[in-house]
Amino acid sequence: MEHMGIEPGRLQFSWISSAESTKFVEVVTQVTQAVKALGPNTNFTKKLAEVA
Amino acid sequence: MLSYTEKIREIAGRLLASGAVDMVIGFRQGTIPMMNEPHFAKTPAEAAKLMWDSHCGINLANYLTDRKERIGIVAKGCDSRNIVTHIIENKIKREQLVVIGVPCRGMVDKRKIAMKCPGEITEVIENETGLTAKGNGFSQAFEKKDVLQHNCSLCIHRNPVIHDEMVAPPVEEQKDVDRYADVRAVEAMNPEQRWKYFEDLLSPCVRCHACRNACPLCYCPTCFVDESRPQWVGKGQDASDVRTFHFLRAYHCAGRCTDCGACERACPVGINMRVFTKKLEKDCLDLFGWEAGLSPEVRPPLDVYRPNDPNDFIK
Repeated sequence: MEHMGIEPGRLQFSWISSAESTKFVEVVTQVTQAVKALGPNTNFTKKLAEVA
Repeated sequence: MLSYTEKIREIAGRLLASGAVDMVIGFRQGTIPMMNEPHFAKTPAEAAKLMWDSHCGINLANYLTDRKERIGIVAKGCDSRNIVTHIIENKIKREQLVVIGVPCRGMVDKRKIAMKCPGEITEVIENETGLTAKGNGFSQAFEKKDVLQHNCSLCIHRNPVIHDEMVAPPVEEQKDVDRYADVRAVEAMNPEQRWKYFEDLLSPCVRCHACRNACPLCYCPTCFVDESRPQWVGKGQDASDVRTFHFLRAYHCAGRCTDCGACERACPVGINMRVFTKKLEKDCLDLFGWEAGLSPEVRPPLDVYRPNDPNDFIK
């Protein structure tokens, strides 16, 4: 995805066991912060058909 | 190279006459110049139509999927690697096949020739070193190395990796080829430049899906682009749908693509979609030391687990 032009950090992978609730919270916080810092995604967006 | 034709006919005729195979898949002359078409010979008489020249770029492994007959198949280097991939993926059994190996010196890109000719080409004559394209009022000679398909000029597996018969002794493999210069050029760009690069690349796409149809790897009974419940991707020419199609198509070929060039060759608007698959090919080589389709004995990297598989991207 990054090769194609998605900003680094917008797509993230993580391995969290169902028992690792603390890690889950940490990762979600980190990911949301990182994505918020990048701003709204302008790629891969689709406009609705414009009707006159 | 043209002597291959006689040898292919002889082998195919012999295989069909003896009943060793039910049909031989090869090439016959197309109806317009530089467009040879697949030929399915079922009798020794039909085998006489088989031929070989520098316009046999279609990947014949595409016609093997789920076949039940015993088949003789004419295979250049890339075809043979895709046949191996078919065997690994249980799409055909090795015992069903008689592989007629063709040492390949590369296929010609018809667009390169057409672009340099002043009018419509009505005839192309080939000899051992080059080609002459003729049309109304012109006759132009080309050296074969100048008009090779891009993937053929970078090919390092010209000889078939499996074969039961060979039409000629192996040709010399190309050495010191820089296969991934184009991929590195994209890697050197920043995200915005990359996005723009692929936007420009894909802008002429008409979503005809010829690249998918020509690809021997694309054999799903229903392709994800044809599904409507759920509809994974829009069917129109919206830029995000076009990109999603090309991106996912390439991903389905990860660790399987042999860079045979069938997709690019089939494209009616000349998009080089190989830049997607080549990135995955390069990653497979860098991360797993893997080149697709070299041996039926080895399982592909996405098929096996190794404790030292790279996983730095998982946090």
